[in-house]
Amino acid sequence: MKTSLLRIQSIVIKELLQLKRDKMTFGMVIMIPLVQLLLFAFAINTNIRDIPVGVLDHSQTSLSRILQQTVSATGIVKFTHSYTSIEEAQIAIDSNKVRAVFIIPQDVSQRLVRSSSVGLGLPASSKQETSRPVAQWLVDGSDTMIASTIKSLRNMPLTELLDKPANRNTATFETTLLYNPEQRSVVNIVPGLVAVILTMTMIMFTSAAIVREQERGNMEMLITTPLAPLELMIGKIVPYIFIGAIQVAIILGLGYWVFNVPFNGGLTQLAIATFLFICASLVLGLVISTIAKSQLQSMQMTVFVLLPSILLSGFMFPYEGMPLAAQYIAEALPATHFIRLIRGVVLRDVAVVDMSFDMLWLITFTCFGLLVAALRFKKSLD
Amino acid sequence: MSRLNNKLSGTDNVNDYAISATQLTRNFSNLTAVSALDLQVEKQTIYGFLGPNGSGKTTAIRLLTGLLKPSSGEVNILGCNLPKEAQNLRMKIGYMTQKFSLYDDLTVKENLQFVSKIYGLTPNEQKARLSELLSVHQLTQQSNQFADSMSGGQKQRLALAASVIHKPKLLFLDEPTSAVDPQNRREFWEQLFDLCDQGTTILVSTHYMDEAERCHKLAILENGIKRADDTPQNLMDNMAAQIVEIGAKDLRHIKDQLIQLPQVVSAAQLGTHLRVLVNKAEDDPVALLQQQPCLHTSDKLALVRPSLEDVFVSCTNQKITDDSSTTSQGGIG
Ligand SMILES: Nc1ncnc2c1ncn2[C@@H]1O[C@H](COP(=O)(O)OP(=O)(O)OP(=O)(O)O)[C@@H](O)[C@H]1O
Ligand SMILES: [Mg+2]
Repeated sequence: MKTSLLRIQSIVIKELLQLKRDKMTFGMVIMIPLVQLLLFAFAINTNIRDIPVGVLDHSQTSLSRILQQTVSATGIVKFTHSYTSIEEAQIAIDSNKVRAVFIIPQDVSQRLVRSSSVGLGLPASSKQETSRPVAQWLVDGSDTMIASTIKSLRNMPLTELLDKPANRNTATFETTLLYNPEQRSVVNIVPGLVAVILTMTMIMFTSAAIVREQERGNMEMLITTPLAPLELMIGKIVPYIFIGAIQVAIILGLGYWVFNVPFNGGLTQLAIATFLFICASLVLGLVISTIAKSQLQSMQMTVFVLLPSILLSGFMFPYEGMPLAAQYIAEALPATHFIRLIRGVVLRDVAVVDMSFDMLWLITFTCFGLLVAALRFKKSLD
Repeated sequence: MSRLNNKLSGTDNVNDYAISATQLTRNFSNLTAVSALDLQVEKQTIYGFLGPNGSGKTTAIRLLTGLLKPSSGEVNILGCNLPKEAQNLRMKIGYMTQKFSLYDDLTVKENLQFVSKIYGLTPNEQKARLSELLSVHQLTQQSNQFADSMSGGQKQRLALAASVIHKPKLLFLDEPTSAVDPQNRREFWEQLFDLCDQGTTILVSTHYMDEAERCHKLAILENGIKRADDTPQNLMDNMAAQIVEIGAKDLRHIKDQLIQLPQVVSAAQLGTHLRVLVNKAEDDPVALLQQQPCLHTSDKLALVRPSLEDVFVSCTNQKITDDSSTTSQGGIG
């Protein structure tokens, strides 16, 4: 037992020494979370603003110009071009100069006074012939996100336009947005990013670290020593647990101070959730290392796991919107469960034990993976 | 040789052998790397594997260390049957791989510390053993140098030091001196004899003749088959060919002619002489060669003592080229 610990310790020390000297890997440990955080937090934004659009004004009245300004004032679109014919507008959309064109008809003022959106008109259903849309949007619908953003303008109120008192229309449902009332996407992205980055680095580093021993021929020496496979694996994993912790600290710390992501949960709960996930990822890395023959192969297999972890885990798209088959795949990925856990802990202050399914699943995955890796790990060169 | 003769007497019991293998075979898809190898290595001797590239030396050693599983055959190492009891052997054997298998990005000292911890040396033992090994293997000056930046010979000394760190009873060395210069090779072998005197059994693979000649016993391998297996002296005495040395002009032309003869096993130019191996069945090889039209009466022909290289050549039937640097070392000894 004591010699076993000594052997594990010797692997850990050796691994840390090598890591310290491998400037590239060491740099990646820090740079991957930094760069990814900045990329995702700044670039991915589901609150789309300032979509470039054009206008085709058939009316050319002061009213039509006011209408245009009202739409522009929402901040969702920005009028960058104006056209005189529908063909011109179509070409502009085709060539991606603008994402949509706002077509104001000649009789816009007549349409406007009857429109329900100014709060005077009768419900559209009863007087369809008299209440027609005020104007038309011609949208490049290929990007669903942009299309739905512009579609959200469909029912925009135009009360200020005619200087009429606001319509006291009560909503059918009252909605209260908890945890992220301002609807900033970064609040949801930052905790999810922890899962993505840990998936990437943890799996990649461990699988590469073990395959490297084979590739460089060190394994031939190690096999003839008293070192047991499990000792080698544990010794290889331990340093990366710390590295994972450093990365989590970088992401959540930056998220908190730079992007104002609230941190509502307890540190202990965060530590438990992260530890469970790091272990699951490292074990997955171990399993990969028993299959891959070279560092390149282990890299490719990491990407193979990483892609579904980004796309299906709920990091980018909500789990609920996925087809059943994709949901099954998502359930199998440790990242899915961790994203639920960490969003719960960071944003909603839940305890990990309260989300016992996800917790147990990560534990089961780790144990099962360790078993598979230890069984598959050959203590011979065949 | 007197030491060897003592060793050779009174070894009937299987347990007296450090290594005993029977009909050991290993196939790689359609290639048989080691074929029906029978091997008996007595304790406290140095046993050599001599063979050309690809003859299966490394594969045989890997089979004997349990790194590879045999396709068929049995191996018994220090009384333990492989592969079942491989775990019990780990503390008793040391293995120096042909390719450097320590860590390039660690220093000499760190590498040795790592290996000593793997073998469970306590910190005190470790300190004493390390300084001892560093001085014995002349690595004290390099102790803080990265393995990566060392010369080939220094690396091999480090690898040897690492493989004996736990004082193994049985040591496998796979071409340990391939990058060591003749002077250091001499010292390297001094250390092997010291280890042997301290009770270590050593199995060493090589393709240097001078090294092979120092082994107590020797197996000549070719294409995975053991061609001969005896003490170097007996191998030379019982050789299946006789050696005629020819001193003449235009040796290259003579060689091309003689090699055509069915009785001639091989011919190789060594400096101003041509060394011709003639089949043992031939009664008077000198007369046979003298009759050849390519030789003049003025040419000197003489029957000479065989060297190990001749044994090697006649065993493997391999025609050694004149500029072969690996096999000419000590060949005329
Ligand atoms: N893992 C393997 N897979 C397939 N063939 C192999 C493998 N290892 C060795 N061989 C083949 O077995 C034969 C013997 O190889 P081995 O490495 O044992 O030779 P060697 O005597 O050590 O040669 P050298 O002097 O070059 O080190 C070679 O033909 C080699 O190609
Ligand atoms: Mg070899």
